[in-house]
Amino acid sequence: MTEKVDKKLLLRVAENARLNLSEKEIEEFLPQLQEILKAFDRLDTIDVKDEKPSFQPIPLENVARHDVVEKCLSQEQALKNTKNKKDGYFMGPKVM
Amino acid sequence: MKKALELHEFVKEVKRGNISIAEHTEKILEEAEKSNSKFHHFNLIAKKSALQHAKEIDAGIKTGQHKGKLLGVPITVKDCICVKNFESRAGSKILTGYLPLFDATAVAKAKAEGAIIIGKTAQDEFGFGTFSNNVGVDFEKPLNPIDPKRCCGGSSGGSAGFTALTSLAHASLGQSTGGSIASPASFCGVAGLTPTYGRVSRYGLIDYANSLDKIGSLGKTTADAALLLEVISGYDMNDSTSLKAEAQDLANANPSNDLRIGVVKEFFKACEEKVQKECMKAIDKLEEEGATVEEISLPLNAKYGIAAYYLASTTEASTNLARFCGMRYGLHGKLEGNFNEYFSKIRSQGFGTEAKRRILLGTFARMSGFRDAYYLKAMKVRTKLIKEFRQAFENLDVLVNPTMPLVAPTFSEINKLSPLQQYAMDLCTVPANLAGLPHASVKAGEHNKLPVGLMITADHLQEKKMVQAAKAAEGLK
Repeated sequence: MTEKVDKKLLLRVAENARLNLSEKEIEEFLPQLQEILKAFDRLDTIDVKDEKPSFQPIPLENVARHDVVEKCLSQEQALKNTKNKKDGYFMGPKVM
Repeated sequence: MKKALELHEFVKEVKRGNISIAEHTEKILEEAEKSNSKFHHFNLIAKKSALQHAKEIDAGIKTGQHKGKLLGVPITVKDCICVKNFESRAGSKILTGYLPLFDATAVAKAKAEGAIIIGKTAQDEFGFGTFSNNVGVDFEKPLNPIDPKRCCGGSSGGSAGFTALTSLAHASLGQSTGGSIASPASFCGVAGLTPTYGRVSRYGLIDYANSLDKIGSLGKTTADAALLLEVISGYDMNDSTSLKAEAQDLANANPSNDLRIGVVKEFFKACEEKVQKECMKAIDKLEEEGATVEEISLPLNAKYGIAAYYLASTTEASTNLARFCGMRYGLHGKLEGNFNEYFSKIRSQGFGTEAKRRILLGTFARMSGFRDAYYLKAMKVRTKLIKEFRQAFENLDVLVNPTMPLVAPTFSEINKLSPLQQYAMDLCTVPANLAGLPHASVKAGEHNKLPVGLMITADHLQEKKMVQAAKAAEGLK
């Protein structure tokens, strides 16, 4: 874990996360993230090459619901929480 | 703290017809409204619907319908848990105006037992905090009722704050990712119970980190919190991580004095001396009452817990929060620019500083080129940490340590801490959360009138032992 975050990488991360950072935020976040990641480098001092990752804290079985038709939200209900709608559909920003 | 009827006594009186639910509900709503201008424990007070619900229950009792373990009990709900038609924002501006179309399973279960939801409580935005100082844009920080210069703890700060403040029968639904029930319970001097991961359905929870989030309960006493936890527990087909585990009678679990208790050395050493002293006094008394006490060591959890937790939780958070983009619900804007520009604009306005910080950290930890070194590594370390706990529980019933390394700090003290220093305050609570273990925080003592919490951790699905130990510790004088 020798990679360190610099301003260029931070901006790339922010772009991936769909966040516009102000200069003030960049100035604040950059040293903080560097400090945090440096401290987390301590994970390099533990040997885990024979360990499996625990994506869940306790073993879980895959579950699937029965393949039956159930009641679901009406179109009207699904659109109830948005202001951006048209003709029974969500209206989004331009894609192209 | 003022003395209120314990919930089981309250419900008994309700069923006998000795308490008018409408009057009691009115009283607690009045208290909530009056105190909220100063303490900010609520993001929403649902006066109209609560009073309406109360009248319906009163009318039902008159016609002989008086079932329900929580009949007439006023319940507050952490903002991140959905309540049908109650604005549910998880403490974030980005969810402004969001009215869920359904109740979270935990809420539905509480309502089915006769509970009345009186409001949504303040929290760190999406649960991102230890002190409830990281509230969302335009939100007020909840203040500690014992000393308003101090924090309530976080992230379920409003839940713990109001539980401590109210003079009436009440309990609260909280939620913990890395200690967000235990921390505020400790700082406000109330009981907080966090179940095994999967014991309570997460359906209807606005998630922070899916593999870590647990809905739990807070009450003035362990008995109150245990009753609410018992009600909300159970398998739910709407949550694929829900456990098919046998239900436990928590409400009537007797305090146990013959438990084998492990005192976690490293967690103790990390705490302020006054905190250690109050917790040791409680543990010594438990030993006098018949418990077997031994010191144990969890060196890996102490050393690697914080790093593994923050990498795991922020990675999951960064994907969870990707859905908030101003299109289907919550904060909206004028549809301008292409979708990247629009989403970025809304997200940059809607998320607060700590949310942005954690999204950045988590996005980095799972980005191509860094994923193996950070996220995946943290998940493998997590396996080691779980194994260390498993070994400890081979010969022990519960583990104990101070919940927080200090008493509730003032906001000016918190402001001096860097984000990393704030994260480090979760040292004692993060490991049990990372391992999905049930844990309680109960008041062990006081230092200058400020409560000190004792944390009790049990093995997976051993909620009953957790409650028995918590009741024993709470009953010590």
